[in-house]
Amino acid sequence: MVGTRRQPSAKHSVGEDIAGYAFMLPTLLVLGMFVVLPILYAVFLSFQNVELLGDIQYEFVGFRNFFRLVGDDRVWIALRNTAEYVAVVVPVQTLLALVLAVLLNSSIRGKHWFRILFFLPTVTSSAVLTLIFMWIYNTNGLLNYLLALFSLPTYNWLGDPAVALKGIMIMNIWATAPFYMVIYLAALQDIPQSVYEAADLDGANAWQQFIYITVPLLKPVTFFVVAMGIIGTFQLFDQSYIFSNGTGGPNNATLTIVLLIYQYVFRNLQMGYAAAIAFFLAGIIVSLTLIQRYWLGQETPD
Amino acid sequence: MIDKRSPQLSIYQYGVQILLYGLLILYAVVTLIPFLWALSASFKPLSEIVDGGLSFMPKQFTLENYGQIFQQPLFLRWLLNSVVIAISVTCFNLLFNSMAGYALARLRFRGDRLWFFLILAVLAVPAQVTLIPTFLILKALGWLNSYQGMIVPGMVNAVFIFMMRQFFINFPKELEEAAQLDGLNRFGTFWHIVLPLAKPALAAQAVFVFMGSWNNFLLPVVILFDPEMFTLPLGLNTFKGQYISYWNYIMAASMVFTLPAICIYAFFNRYFIQSVTFTGGKG
Repeated sequence: MVGTRRQPSAKHSVGEDIAGYAFMLPTLLVLGMFVVLPILYAVFLSFQNVELLGDIQYEFVGFRNFFRLVGDDRVWIALRNTAEYVAVVVPVQTLLALVLAVLLNSSIRGKHWFRILFFLPTVTSSAVLTLIFMWIYNTNGLLNYLLALFSLPTYNWLGDPAVALKGIMIMNIWATAPFYMVIYLAALQDIPQSVYEAADLDGANAWQQFIYITVPLLKPVTFFVVAMGIIGTFQLFDQSYIFSNGTGGPNNATLTIVLLIYQYVFRNLQMGYAAAIAFFLAGIIVSLTLIQRYWLGQETPD
Repeated sequence: MIDKRSPQLSIYQYGVQILLYGLLILYAVVTLIPFLWALSASFKPLSEIVDGGLSFMPKQFTLENYGQIFQQPLFLRWLLNSVVIAISVTCFNLLFNSMAGYALARLRFRGDRLWFFLILAVLAVPAQVTLIPTFLILKALGWLNSYQGMIVPGMVNAVFIFMMRQFFINFPKELEEAAQLDGLNRFGTFWHIVLPLAKPALAAQAVFVFMGSWNNFLLPVVILFDPEMFTLPLGLNTFKGQYISYWNYIMAASMVFTLPAICIYAFFNRYFIQSVTFTGGKG
């Protein structure tokens, strides 16, 4: 990675300095203005009570926003929904992505076309997918029609708190698994064929090769896919917002943390408190990623 | 021994092949059904939709749904907003990410490593943390409900700066040195020599940035509230509220919004797949 760099103590020429900063200028301005400044601003906000009537007014409240969070039922409901969503979606989409990738990596014809087709949901807007699925989930929609055809129980997918979140889970597993499939597929193609040939000679069957060769060799990629999956799923917003018209209903069943942050900002106008919840979420995401890295005992792939 | 086993093996392999194709076709069907179902609804009259049923072919084929949505006063405006924003964001990203990636890969300036690590650190910040302050900053700038409010915060992207840096590091230096001998300055070299040779990386980046902006929902829902300024995802959501249970209109609007994305994907799908593996496997 650093192979092409000159020795670190090389003298900087003024010309290179000017050129370097000229090339970096747009990036530094935009990241400074819309990433670095907002982070500092968010830290500030989380210790304030913000009034947004006319001009912005701040009142320092210490850690009160964070204490309030602990006793806020809606935070815990949102956290429970989001955690449930992550706990189901991440393992299922990872496994599905791996299985699809292994199927596609076998010696079959037309794999290119299957790959293009499978990837389709990934390029479609979350708003469009949510609308399509809402229609399919309708009480007299396609899904219930199919379930009834096989005499399975039907549900009011959009209106029943017991199944509303599951509807979003199914939709998002379907929509994101192909993205990770492509990552797995690229990694599978990097595994040298000779490894499998050696295993063949040793008499290992396809299942043993999968369990003892493919899965261990893919471990760094699995770390990456799971980490990306956790980060992505914890930020669930679009689908819940469209499903519930921004309410998180029915009966808070689709309330997620990001939707809650949105509601505190734009319905209750409590920016300081919302910033505190945002840091709470960031803390969860970062800790989970660290725990998972420790658990898998693996660095990110380079 | 090998001779004895091979006919059996080939029957076994034949079975495996059938099973493989079966599973792949099954999943292809699962992938396609929602799209086809939506497409068929967009050509059905409302009466047929209300009746339910499992027919993918409209019994009474109609273009009236599409006619209806294009008569919506704001629909074309939303389409235009989405196009303007997505194209601007894409152009700025291509230029600025490449410039920064090039500087970090090739130029030795004071603080280059510090900036490189800062850009890596930016990758780890969840968007929710910056969302509220971004809203307040845009409000202070008077950029809510504006194109610049949608474009400027997304003009650069740390993921693709990193990707371009990796790309330029493996780039042959000789060409640039030759260009400099010919009297081109740094920017001239970058513009005339480096960028044209970076087309594959730029294409991968372009499709991803365009799709990201085209499909973005969180930023517009936060900073756009004047219906005139809505992008299509927000417009679609408004449509849903306006035409509850007029699924034929909603599906027609969804198809109009999806078509450009699918066309781009159909033409550039190898770049999509490349950029996933680039940002994913090697990121």
